[in-house]
Amino acid sequence: MSLSVPAAAADPFADKPSVLEVDGLVKHFPITQGIVFQRKVGAVKAVDGVSFNLREGETLGIVGESGCGKSTLAKLLMRLEEPDAGTVKFRGKDFLSVKGDELRRLRRKIQIIFQDPYTSLNPRMSVGDIIAEPFKLHPEEKPKQGIRNRVKELLDLVGLNPEHINRYPHQFSGGQRQRIGIARGLALNPDVIICDEPVSALDVSVQAQVMNLLDDLQKEFGLSYIFIAHDLSVVRHISDRVGVMYLGKLAELGTQDEIYTGPAHPYTQALLSAVPLPDPTLRGAREQIVLQGDPPNPANPPSGCRFRTRCWKATEICATQEPELISRGQITQLTACHHAQQNEKVIPSHG
Amino acid sequence: MSETHRPEARGEPIDSTITPAGESTKKVEEASLLADAWRSLRKNPWFIISAVLLVLFLGMAIFPQLFTNTDPRECLLGRSRQSPSAEHWFGTDVQGCDYYSRVIHGARNSIAVGFIVAIGTFIIAVVLGLVAGYFGSWVDAVISRITDMVFAVPYILGALVFLNVLESRGVREVAFVLIIFMWPTMTRLMRGSVISVVNSEFVLAARALGAGPITIMRRHILPNSLGPVIGYATVFTGIIIGAEATLTFLGVGLQLPAISWGLQLSDAQPFLQTVPHLLLFPVIFVGLTVFAFMTMGDAIRDALDPKSKK
Amino acid sequence: MTESQTSTGFTPGTSPGDAPLLEVKDLQVEFRTKAGVARAINGLNFTLHAGETLAILGESGSGKSVTAQTIMGILDMPPGRIAGGEIRYRGDDLLTMNEESRRKLRGGKIAMIFQDALSSLNPVLPVGWQIAEMFRVHRGMKRKEARAKAVEMMQRVGIPGAEERAGDFPHQFSGGMRQRIMIAMAIALDPDVLIADEPTTALDVTVQAQVMRLLKDLQTEFNMGLILITHDLGVVADVADKIAVMYSGRVMEAADVYETYAKPGHPYTQGLLASIPRIDDEGGRLRAISGLPPSLTDMPPGCPFNPRCEFATDRCRTERPELRLVAEGHLSACHYAEDVYAGTATRTRRPSPTGAGMIDVSEEAPE
Repeated sequence: MSLSVPAAAADPFADKPSVLEVDGLVKHFPITQGIVFQRKVGAVKAVDGVSFNLREGETLGIVGESGCGKSTLAKLLMRLEEPDAGTVKFRGKDFLSVKGDELRRLRRKIQIIFQDPYTSLNPRMSVGDIIAEPFKLHPEEKPKQGIRNRVKELLDLVGLNPEHINRYPHQFSGGQRQRIGIARGLALNPDVIICDEPVSALDVSVQAQVMNLLDDLQKEFGLSYIFIAHDLSVVRHISDRVGVMYLGKLAELGTQDEIYTGPAHPYTQALLSAVPLPDPTLRGAREQIVLQGDPPNPANPPSGCRFRTRCWKATEICATQEPELISRGQITQLTACHHAQQNEKVIPSHG
Repeated sequence: MSETHRPEARGEPIDSTITPAGESTKKVEEASLLADAWRSLRKNPWFIISAVLLVLFLGMAIFPQLFTNTDPRECLLGRSRQSPSAEHWFGTDVQGCDYYSRVIHGARNSIAVGFIVAIGTFIIAVVLGLVAGYFGSWVDAVISRITDMVFAVPYILGALVFLNVLESRGVREVAFVLIIFMWPTMTRLMRGSVISVVNSEFVLAARALGAGPITIMRRHILPNSLGPVIGYATVFTGIIIGAEATLTFLGVGLQLPAISWGLQLSDAQPFLQTVPHLLLFPVIFVGLTVFAFMTMGDAIRDALDPKSKK
Repeated sequence: MTESQTSTGFTPGTSPGDAPLLEVKDLQVEFRTKAGVARAINGLNFTLHAGETLAILGESGSGKSVTAQTIMGILDMPPGRIAGGEIRYRGDDLLTMNEESRRKLRGGKIAMIFQDALSSLNPVLPVGWQIAEMFRVHRGMKRKEARAKAVEMMQRVGIPGAEERAGDFPHQFSGGMRQRIMIAMAIALDPDVLIADEPTTALDVTVQAQVMRLLKDLQTEFNMGLILITHDLGVVADVADKIAVMYSGRVMEAADVYETYAKPGHPYTQGLLASIPRIDDEGGRLRAISGLPPSLTDMPPGCPFNPRCEFATDRCRTERPELRLVAEGHLSACHYAEDVYAGTATRTRRPSPTGAGMIDVSEEAPE
């Protein structure tokens, strides 16, 4: 599969260099039986051939429902899990094969922000120690002005009081902890930040603050984000391009505008149509595509197209031939559907 | 991105204007969790009681001369089995030794066994539990199976068999055998505690930053998994003191001329009906020591458990 | 807040002649914590009629879940304590009623569904048995009859193959199906009032749509009063008739759903509506509400929202605003409710660039 996206008019990042190139990434978790002598009895196909690229300064949103493999994808990109197949290149360099010191140096450039601000900070360490940890692990990055001063700057940068450097995580609220996590992620001046559901544990009124902060930091430092979330509205807001995942594969990949105003994959259409709009006057004005049943077991996905068991467009070819993620006819975004057809009426235009 | 970059016109930081949830402005305590634990311990009456008792017993073990000037080995058969009196507070034993002095001096051996075994098992438990819990897979399987096998042997049985073949049995031998048979419980506890921490996102975050296994175990896993084990080790010290007394009573523990509570119990047994105080005093001392360690352990475990904070 | 406003004011969207099903008057609930007394609910008022959906909207710590637990009578006491107020079901005060009659109402006439269906169902009993138990205990049905009713309920909530699946255990169902089973148990005894506490928060968006649709259908079928407790402005807009917006244990605004979304009468509601990203809008920068909700043990004097409010004045920092009428059937607890409602309120401050605090407008150079 080609990594290049057909140049759409509305893609401002089309001429930017790629910072991250992901090709054919696969991760199967074995299902085992037995305690001492484990036998493999099957595999959960968490990520099953995912390819995309991330360009400089861009935010790529990955949406999908629980169990679609988006969090595993984040761990693979961070090398917190080792993939079974596929490549990840950081600025042309193979990130998956590097070892030892070189891996440690590359790690500085890719950082992660986690979902749960309560478990992602070590409760026994002060905020100052948490944010200073990256410098201790990477002594060559030791700031000129001293670690403590740099930590204070970082605290200020994410909107926290630098005086609170000696406090402990339990003395902060969820939104503030998420800011601490962001400060830790920024410490080593990364190029890429992988945000794994960074706002879904936060209250509505705090969620917007953190999203704005991420937005500001991106503009200030030219960061590239991979923004993983289940909330389609949040993803639309923050992303330049969006990939929709279903059962370990990308179903559709395109610019934010393409995906949200003209979704072509039936699954994307169903997802978008199910999101309730915060406007009671639109009640019943929108056609809602209600999917039947639940997503199939990822250990035993359907043959051919994985969505066919819940799809209203499914025909014979869907059961036999797996659709590739390609640009189809007039549809500029990439879709993995034999019957891809844009539907502009899924979301009414606002305002 | 410039190192010294400072965005201009940032407003008031978030936490200077509004107090974070669950915290009052009046007493912003910039304190660690250990200090928190200490604060809650100080308010716990059970902790105070057990602390006072422990200080007393430790004093007895380290400086018995603070409590008595009488030599416990100065025995006159002529005053055998006297009842408590102003001269001999706890009376005298079969050999005619001052029983108060003997009970006071008995603290050292009993508590020494308790501490040596507790520290020994603690080290084994922390190392094995950490390795098993952190690395998982076959390492964990091997360690866990060995733990289970030892666990399956009742310590009394194991100690009876082992100690019976030893010619001379001092504090060192008894402690060694007890360590051999009593480490599995604490190891299991440590392993469980490590497993509950090892998948935390903050451990993932450290790995994502490039931290190695040693750094992660030392800085992130140990401080978050030791709490229950420290609490249990304290309780365990009490259990061991009881176990030492039991073994000695059964005749496979310390041997005369050593002075220990277990030996006193063993010697007093034939005179249970005629001279009950010979049994009574060591029992009270063993009981209080075990009680003090267990209560202390409970209090520590509660104070170190972040979940108990509301 | 006076009682006359309670009874006349907060009944938008219903025929005024009907007697309300449920009436909550000046409810106050406290929790004793180490840090002091937390006022979880601070003078809550609302009414609910048959066939009506009331959404209680709020963030964590706003007291919305405590409200549900208090009405159901499943609040943990202590540390919780009902410090005052009434909860009237068809005129009878639940709080003064004896435990026996209360228990009969609970699960029977007033039922509840929870966010986490997996932990709310007994993991070692078949789901059919659990639904059937409702009929055996409350209706005294025979085993066979109860089982038949259980299967019927499972069919009604859309569980495919209900007859065969009645013997399955909770963990054998998916999240959406488990939520349906909870709904089946809740509506089994034909309740008048159904309280749904974040019923779809743990579910995926496609499943959420299915479950909400089911709830709405059942409500119409059984003419139930539905109290929907949620933080999701989208779900509220889709299904609610009227809204009570809660903040720090108080109702900030209460009105008909169309009114609230079109012309919010409280700065907090206004801020919430402006701060959420919308799927039909790619938007630019979000207009976040700055700061954080106050601690329940350490409430600011005056209006609880004043530290985060763009319109706050000295009056807001000293005087607590009461819930009052700003328009027909529209209540707001803001000193400047009329101006906010009309969109003419004067901004005194604006959020700082990090969204973390507030900057006084007067201190700023004009933009």
